[in-house]
Amino acid sequence: MKVIEEGEGELLGWMDPDEARGWMMERKSRGLEDKRIPLKEAVERFTRDGDYFALGGFGHIRVCMAAIYEMIRQGRKNMAMAAKTAVHDVDILIGGGVVDKVECAYAFGHELRGLSPTGRRAAESGRVKVLAEISNAGFQWRFKAASMGLPFFPARIMLGTDTLRYSSAKVAEDPFTGKPLCLLPACYPDFAFIHVHRCDKYGNAQIDGTIIEDRELSMAAKRLIITTEEMVDEEAIRQAPDRTVIPHFLVDAVCEVPYGSHPGNMPLLYYSDEEHMAEWLRLSRTEDGVREYMEKYVNSVEDFAGYIELVGGEEKMDYLRKLEDLEVPLEAPWRR
Amino acid sequence: MEYNPTELMACVAGRVLEDNRSVFVGTGLPIIASMLAQRLHAPNLLIMFEAGGIGPKIPTIPISVGDSRTFHRGVMAATMDYVMSCAQLGLIDYGFLGAAQIDPYGNLNTTVIGPHDAPKVRLPGSGGANDVGSLCHRTIILMRHDTRRFVERLDYITTPGYLTGPRAREKAGLPAGSGPYRVITQLGVMDFDIETKRMRLTSVHPGVSVDEVVENTGFELVMADEVSMTEPPTERELRLLREEIDPAGIVIG
Repeated sequence: MKVIEEGEGELLGWMDPDEARGWMMERKSRGLEDKRIPLKEAVERFTRDGDYFALGGFGHIRVCMAAIYEMIRQGRKNMAMAAKTAVHDVDILIGGGVVDKVECAYAFGHELRGLSPTGRRAAESGRVKVLAEISNAGFQWRFKAASMGLPFFPARIMLGTDTLRYSSAKVAEDPFTGKPLCLLPACYPDFAFIHVHRCDKYGNAQIDGTIIEDRELSMAAKRLIITTEEMVDEEAIRQAPDRTVIPHFLVDAVCEVPYGSHPGNMPLLYYSDEEHMAEWLRLSRTEDGVREYMEKYVNSVEDFAGYIELVGGEEKMDYLRKLEDLEVPLEAPWRR
Repeated sequence: MEYNPTELMACVAGRVLEDNRSVFVGTGLPIIASMLAQRLHAPNLLIMFEAGGIGPKIPTIPISVGDSRTFHRGVMAATMDYVMSCAQLGLIDYGFLGAAQIDPYGNLNTTVIGPHDAPKVRLPGSGGANDVGSLCHRTIILMRHDTRRFVERLDYITTPGYLTGPRAREKAGLPAGSGPYRVITQLGVMDFDIETKRMRLTSVHPGVSVDEVVENTGFELVMADEVSMTEPPTERELRLLREEIDPAGIVIG
């Protein structure tokens, strides 16, 4: 294939397919092993300063916020994040000092809520570096290449734009049509946390609602930690195997973390906590505010259960359940 | 009935969408416009979200294009791979886009103002925008109209319009025959000249003059042979927007 153009962005998370096969052969256990550990231990064992990582879910939807708070509490730093529509997660991680580099499909914004003061401040001051640009489909298909054990995946996106120029993709002449084609390099993040609705002790995990790109991410991640709203018996999984999105042999650890996506949305269980989001967006206008938030919600508590108590406990979660079920109207306090 | 510019844009965008077509939707105005079209002339408009929601009956405005409202009573809760593949396969007719900057060929910037590595303003980046602008048959761009946003040259091309002009998309490898279809602002509606692929003014909104549009555009606009006046929002459109679609005024204010 004749290469026509090469992106200038840094190539993150790439492996030769044979190296990837070696990793999968040696590091991923095929057996049924009880992988349950506390989240604190999972963060200690599977995340390292300087790692390049990705989180399951989308924006503030089904993202493992519990793992994010724990990484901040443990003082992880110099990490690079795959910002694949990263909203509240990347914002908190930048504010908490964990992330200082991103590969950016979407970051520094809060979707309908507007822009993120923390992320923007960090990017504009140079405290956070954008190592490469990409699009959402670009990330999806980087993970797809990895999940198929291929060096790249071809697509008809990013062509002719600066998104390609600042990405790690290449443009080559398609040997079949002769037309230019974007080649997205495989992406194997050092680790990924994926939050799911239910999972057994071996890591067989089921997700309700949209899967986003988690099927491919779960196969691409070098180390994969599943956090789950609920632990279920192996038998419950075997009763409905068509619902399983992530099988046990991809999974390195399983952590039970009820409400683990708060303040984000866990589809069909609880909606996002817009009051909490508004508090963050207000506080994060200043660095002092960011410190105040971290002190109040991250460092003053032992673990995620302590945080849930602090944000309103069962009463708050009951309200968010009703909001998810459309029983109460949505308020948008960040508009005030 | 009185109306604000956002309501007008939602109505104008909604009218562009046809029944039994599909549309790739982002947060905010695109959702409002699509929900409005479904309640009026396009009950079978097929709405698709990048996180995997397909054909939902959207009950209330989603905050994210991935939240649970995006597959509420849908026909499928799929994956990003699935929806993006649908777009690449040619199954998505319309796509909505917004931007901080647009140039005469409909190229869009949502990434950075100033140099990429020393940004004056850092914006969120492509998200799904480049994919929508690359893969949907026709894109509809919704944005504010002023000379800071309508510029001759972008600081950064996030999403392809017609790139440098006729045949440039195809030459770059983008799907044949795709590209920007309408630009809808608070001042008027534009399409793209068939010969030159440059932006062309086709209608001005009520109370807006052609001169006002020209003054607020930082490049030379092609003029349609006859620049018409946009039909103002009807009472029915406004009632649906305010009472059913966005009663809390989250998007329409």
